[in-house]
Amino acid sequence: MIAKDQALKVYQTMLSIRLFECRVEQLLKDNRIYGPAHLYIGQEAVATGVCANLRSDDFIASTHRGHGHLIAKGGQFNRMMAELFAKSTGYCKGKGGSMHIADTTLGMLGANGIVGAGLSLATGAGFSAKVRKTDQVGVCFFGDGASNQGTFLESINIAATMKLPVIYVCENNVYGVNTKWLTVANHPDIADRAVGLGLPGKIVDGQDVTAVYEASAEAIERARNGEGPTLLECKTYRYRGHCGVWGDPRDPQEVAEWQERDPIAMFAEKLVAEKMATESQLQDIEQMLEKQLDEAVKFAENSPLPSIDEATTDVYAETTMKIDVSSQAKTEATPEQDLISKYWEGSNQ
Amino acid sequence: MKQINYAQAISEAIMEEMNLDPTVVYMGECVGDRYGDKSFEMPISESGFTGLGVGAAVSGLRPIVEIMFIDLVTVAMDPIVNQAAKMRYMFGGMTSVPMVIRAPFGGYVSMSAHHSQSLESWFSSIPGLKVVVPSTPYDAKGLMKSAIRDNNPVIFSDHKRLGGLAGEVPEDDYTVPIGKANVVRSGKDATIVAYAFMIQKSLEAAEQLSQKGIDVEIVDLRTTLPIDEGTILNSIAKTGRLITVAEACAPCSVASEIAAIVMEKGFDLLKAPLRRVHAKFAPIPFAVNLENQVLPQTEDIVKAVEDIVG
Repeated sequence: MIAKDQALKVYQTMLSIRLFECRVEQLLKDNRIYGPAHLYIGQEAVATGVCANLRSDDFIASTHRGHGHLIAKGGQFNRMMAELFAKSTGYCKGKGGSMHIADTTLGMLGANGIVGAGLSLATGAGFSAKVRKTDQVGVCFFGDGASNQGTFLESINIAATMKLPVIYVCENNVYGVNTKWLTVANHPDIADRAVGLGLPGKIVDGQDVTAVYEASAEAIERARNGEGPTLLECKTYRYRGHCGVWGDPRDPQEVAEWQERDPIAMFAEKLVAEKMATESQLQDIEQMLEKQLDEAVKFAENSPLPSIDEATTDVYAETTMKIDVSSQAKTEATPEQDLISKYWEGSNQ
Repeated sequence: MKQINYAQAISEAIMEEMNLDPTVVYMGECVGDRYGDKSFEMPISESGFTGLGVGAAVSGLRPIVEIMFIDLVTVAMDPIVNQAAKMRYMFGGMTSVPMVIRAPFGGYVSMSAHHSQSLESWFSSIPGLKVVVPSTPYDAKGLMKSAIRDNNPVIFSDHKRLGGLAGEVPEDDYTVPIGKANVVRSGKDATIVAYAFMIQKSLEAAEQLSQKGIDVEIVDLRTTLPIDEGTILNSIAKTGRLITVAEACAPCSVASEIAAIVMEKGFDLLKAPLRRVHAKFAPIPFAVNLENQVLPQTEDIVKAVEDIVG
């Protein structure tokens, strides 16, 4: 159950993602921005429902389709838009673009150009939380495509074994680029893989933000309580082709069928029916967001390009860890060598 | 000063840094409780746990990830090359990835093609990484400490044949800076640039050459990214001759890079064409006579030096 005081915020987040992505799509069509931008339109309930349960100090790893994840974790239109315009005021100072958009201060560890890479990154964030003895969690958003990468098995196996506080949120949007799930897998439900890996796996209606919210709330609580990871498979769908405005080879009938269960429209209907909001409140939110997007585009367009001097900065961190050696306990030479060197001693001398 | 071996030096560095900084952790396959509760046993999932290390490094830890043999890093290239190396840059300097990937390398161990490679050259052309290849206990300890304290991902590639090599290290805390080569033997007739186990071979060659009246200088590169150009060029300014010695195959290698640097910045210093002593262009074979044929030998170094010292 999404509490009444949170419901409007959830609606606003989903709509923020939808409107941001629609704006990006238009900007691409108009050639005002360039490069790949994988649009999240249709999947808004997943990022929103999960992140509504997260704190700002929790971590998420994202995918190539990452705008929605950043917005749901608290990302700002201005800096996002500026990044897509390749401007110095963008989140990554114009060095990352859509596919690497990030805000590590919000715990958003980056969109990612490598399918499946986020699985181990989020696992590492969960590992870090456990070692540092905090109750933070790591969430990994990934697609059905990533489920067939080795990192899926490797990461989830480690997390299950070590009971790491990680929530694996599979956004099964049916297609890996243009390939349908069942042409590259011999079973319909990715959640079933959890059985073999020894963790709970659950199928979730990814178009129903309440269902995503409830399932992830339970998984996140489990993780915070030290009970280990959960695999959630959110059945969802992207309304657009794989990338930007590059076209869509899918059956339009299939796309239309999914659009009948639009996550934002369904939630709006519920809010009004249950008297948690009025139509006019929802319209006000939409107008406010459109205005913010107008401003974000203006901000991005008026921002300077990155200076060419920036092309080779940020490659390395200049600083090193400051160490106070005065407190150092002396370490004696260890009688035992590490395994590798022990193994080699005496060989082929 | 105290006497310890190369492997102990690495372990000491790690333990001392763990004592100084509670966020330093060690993970890998069969690590057991080598570092007490700071050791984390990992399954045979190099890609998974290397990526885990990257995720941990951007969320508050300073992990050391052990890849048991550098050859196994081939299944963990994405987390190192695409993630760890590039995150800081891709995110506009917003984060840093303080981690060490410890990956022992090298041949002369009868372990054939999948457990004997020298892959430092691959990583040495990736912006965002640093690559460390120590040759002595002193350097191994000091460089490991620097690697752990560094806020960038560092490939720490120790040589499998050097584990038992004894040497002196200071009693007190010290570091060896990453990016600074070391002149381990002073000489006037030719400069040998080498690193890791090839320092041993080069020292043997230098001994033989000195009996023939040829006096070589040996520069221990210590790190192959960054390469200490100044020390190399200063040495060549003195000797006028350069021989690189490395276990890696020559094409597009650290040796190639040194050759290019010298062509661009020290061409006029050379009195003779440079020579690269390197592995023959083949995988590392099992049979010891074949392995010795493929990998550089002391005689190869002696011959290369004699070729250009006229």
